[in-house]
Amino acid sequence: MGKTLLDKVWEEHSVRTLPDGRTQLLIGTHLIHEVTSPQAFGMLRDLGLKVLYPNRTFATVDHIVPTDQRQEPFSDPLADAMVKELRKNCAETGVTFFDLPSGNQGIVHIVGPEQGITQPGTTIACGDSHTSTHGAFGAIAFGIGTSQVRDVLATQTMAIGKPKVRRINVDGKLAPGVYAKDVILHIIRHLGVNGGIGYAYEYGGSTFDNFTQEERMTVCNMAIEGGARVGYVNPDETTFEYLRGRPYAPKGADWDAAVARWKATASDADAVYDDIVNFKAEEILPTVTWGITPAQAVFIDEAIPDPKNLPEKDRATAIEAIEHMKVTSGTPVDGLKIDVAFLGSCTNGRLSDLQEVAKHLKLQKGRKVAPHVKAIVVPGSQGVAAIAEKMGIAEIFREAGFEWRGAGCSMCLGMNPDKLVGDQLCASSSNRNFKGRQGSPTGRTMLMSPLMVAAAALTGTVTDARKVFGIQ
Amino acid sequence: MALEKITQVTGRGVFIPGDDIDTDRIIPARFMKCVTFDGLGEFAFADARLHDKEAGRIHPLDDPRFAGATILLSGSNFGCGSSREHAPQSLYRFGHRAIIAESFAEIFFGNSTTLGVPCVKLSQQDIAGLAAIIESDPEAMITIDLTENKVTVADVDFSAEITIPGHAREALTTGRWDSIADLVDGLDEVKKRVTAIPYLAS
Repeated sequence: MGKTLLDKVWEEHSVRTLPDGRTQLLIGTHLIHEVTSPQAFGMLRDLGLKVLYPNRTFATVDHIVPTDQRQEPFSDPLADAMVKELRKNCAETGVTFFDLPSGNQGIVHIVGPEQGITQPGTTIACGDSHTSTHGAFGAIAFGIGTSQVRDVLATQTMAIGKPKVRRINVDGKLAPGVYAKDVILHIIRHLGVNGGIGYAYEYGGSTFDNFTQEERMTVCNMAIEGGARVGYVNPDETTFEYLRGRPYAPKGADWDAAVARWKATASDADAVYDDIVNFKAEEILPTVTWGITPAQAVFIDEAIPDPKNLPEKDRATAIEAIEHMKVTSGTPVDGLKIDVAFLGSCTNGRLSDLQEVAKHLKLQKGRKVAPHVKAIVVPGSQGVAAIAEKMGIAEIFREAGFEWRGAGCSMCLGMNPDKLVGDQLCASSSNRNFKGRQGSPTGRTMLMSPLMVAAAALTGTVTDARKVFGIQ
Repeated sequence: MALEKITQVTGRGVFIPGDDIDTDRIIPARFMKCVTFDGLGEFAFADARLHDKEAGRIHPLDDPRFAGATILLSGSNFGCGSSREHAPQSLYRFGHRAIIAESFAEIFFGNSTTLGVPCVKLSQQDIAGLAAIIESDPEAMITIDLTENKVTVADVDFSAEITIPGHAREALTTGRWDSIADLVDGLDEVKKRVTAIPYLAS
C-alpha cells in the first residue's frame, strides 16, 4: 500500500507518541513574526527555557509594519515596540532576523520560499494560519498558536495529531483570465469553510502539474480558509527549479542529494487517501466573494444569492452577510461600486502576481485608477519590491495611479495604518473577507484575483477583468 | 509542572449565536498590538459588542443577565480563521472556562485546550435546547462532565452527550493540557531524531 507525502514526512519527523495519544512532531523549520512571538519568548523566560536550535528559527516583521513610513520610530508606538521586541528577542537568542534594513524583510510566507528556507519533505510551523502556503513545496506546514510557538522554540517539536488526507484533483486547462486564486475560491465554495477540518489537503491533477510554484503557493495559502490546517502539492521539477540557487537552498553535491530525497517524498502513485474530490479547470470562471466567509463566492457573471435558495445550514450566515455587505439578493456582483483596491498579501503579493497585472495594465496605456478609488499595491517582500522596481513593474502601477508601497501584510488585516474607513468596499487580493478584517468594523471586503482587483480599480466597480483587459 | 485535572466545568452559560465565528470577530487584529496577553479580556468580541450597542441592542457578553457566565455557547466552525491565540486568551481572560459549539476550527481548538479550556461539541438541537434554558433562567448551572461525556443542567431535565477528541479529553482530565512538560521530557529523543534527518543533521 502506497504512502502519501504526509505519511512519509510524518514518519520521518515523529519523535514519539505523547501520553495523550498525539505525536511529538519535530518541526524542522520555524518561522516567527512580531505579533504572535513576543508572548512566546516571555513564556520561555518565565519557564527558564532556552531556544533549543536557534538556527532552525527564522524571523521577519510583517503584520504591523507601515507600508508608507519605513523609518523608525514608527508613528504608532505600539507597533514600534513590537518591532523592537522581536529584534531584541532575536538578538538574545541568536535567531536569524530578516529585519527592515536587511533588504530581505517581507511577509513571512513570501520570505521563507524566496530565501529557499522552505523545502520539500520538511515540517514547518509559524504562528500564522497561512503557514499552509509552504505546502506548495511539498512541506507539511502548520499554523500554530503562541503557546505552540513557545513549544517549538524550546523543544523544536509540538504536540499534534496526524490529520487525514483529502486529495483534491483539478484537471484541465484554466481559461485565459482565470487564475490560481479562482481555483482556490472555487474549491472553498464547494467544500465549505469547515469542510477541511481534520484534513490535510493534497492538491494535484494536471492543472496543478502545470501551475508555477507561485500559483501553487496561492492555492496552498488558502487551505485554512477551507478549514484544512495543512495543504500541499507534491514536489516536482517546477519546485526544484524554483529553489535552485536560492540563498538557503542546498548547493553542489548537497543539491543533488537533496533533490533525490525530495523526489522520494512525493506521494506514491498507489497512495491511499481518506477522501478524493475532483474538479474540472474548464468549469472555473473568475470568482469573487460577496459575503463574510471565503465560501460565500460566486462567478463574476452571477448575482448575490437569495438565502432562501441556499442549503438550510448556510442561510443564517448568508442573511448576516447580506446585512453586513449592504447588498441585496439578486443584484449582479458585476457592477458593485468599490472604494478601495488592495493588491498584495501572502496570497497574491508575489512577483508573478504583480507581473501578470502589470502586463495587462501596460496594454491599457494611459488608463488610470478610477478617481473615487484608492488603489494600493503592497509587494510581499522587499525582494519582490526590488525586482519589480528593476523590471519597471512598479512604474507601470504608479503611472496607472496605484500607490506603490513598502512590503508587509498591510490591508489584509489592517494592523498597520492601511485600513478601510467606515463601510468602504474593498476589492482585495487577500484571503479573508471576515467582518472587520481590513481594519474597520463595518468595512466590506470582496476577495478576487489580482487582475480582477486591477479591473475593479480602473473601472471603479467589481467587474470581469477579461472584458476590461480584452482577454479572450 | 503539575496542572489541574479538568474533569468538570460548572458555571452559568452565555449564548452567542452564529456559525463561522472567526477569530478576527473574537479579537479584532488591532487589539493584538501588544507583547503580553494581559488585558485582552475586555476586547473579546469588541466590534460585535460595539455594533450591537450602536444599534440599540445588547450583545450577550454585555447583557447583565449573563454577567459572570463561564461557559460560552455558539454555532458551528467556531474560531475559524487566524491562528491567533489572542482569541482564546481573550475569552479566558473575559472569564470563559469552557466552550460548547456544534464544531470548532482546528487551530482554535488546540489553542484553547492548551489553556485548559475544554471545547466540546453538541448537536445543533442540543445547543438550541441549552440556549433556551439559559435564556429563561440565566442562573441555570451547567455542568460539562468530561469523564461522563455529557452536559447537564442543575435542577433541569437536560442531559446531552458531548463529543471531544480522545486526546483532548485525556490531556484535560489527566492535567497534561499544556504539553510543554511532556515535550521537554522527550528532548533526548528529539536530539537523536534530529541527527537522523539529513536537512537537520547538517
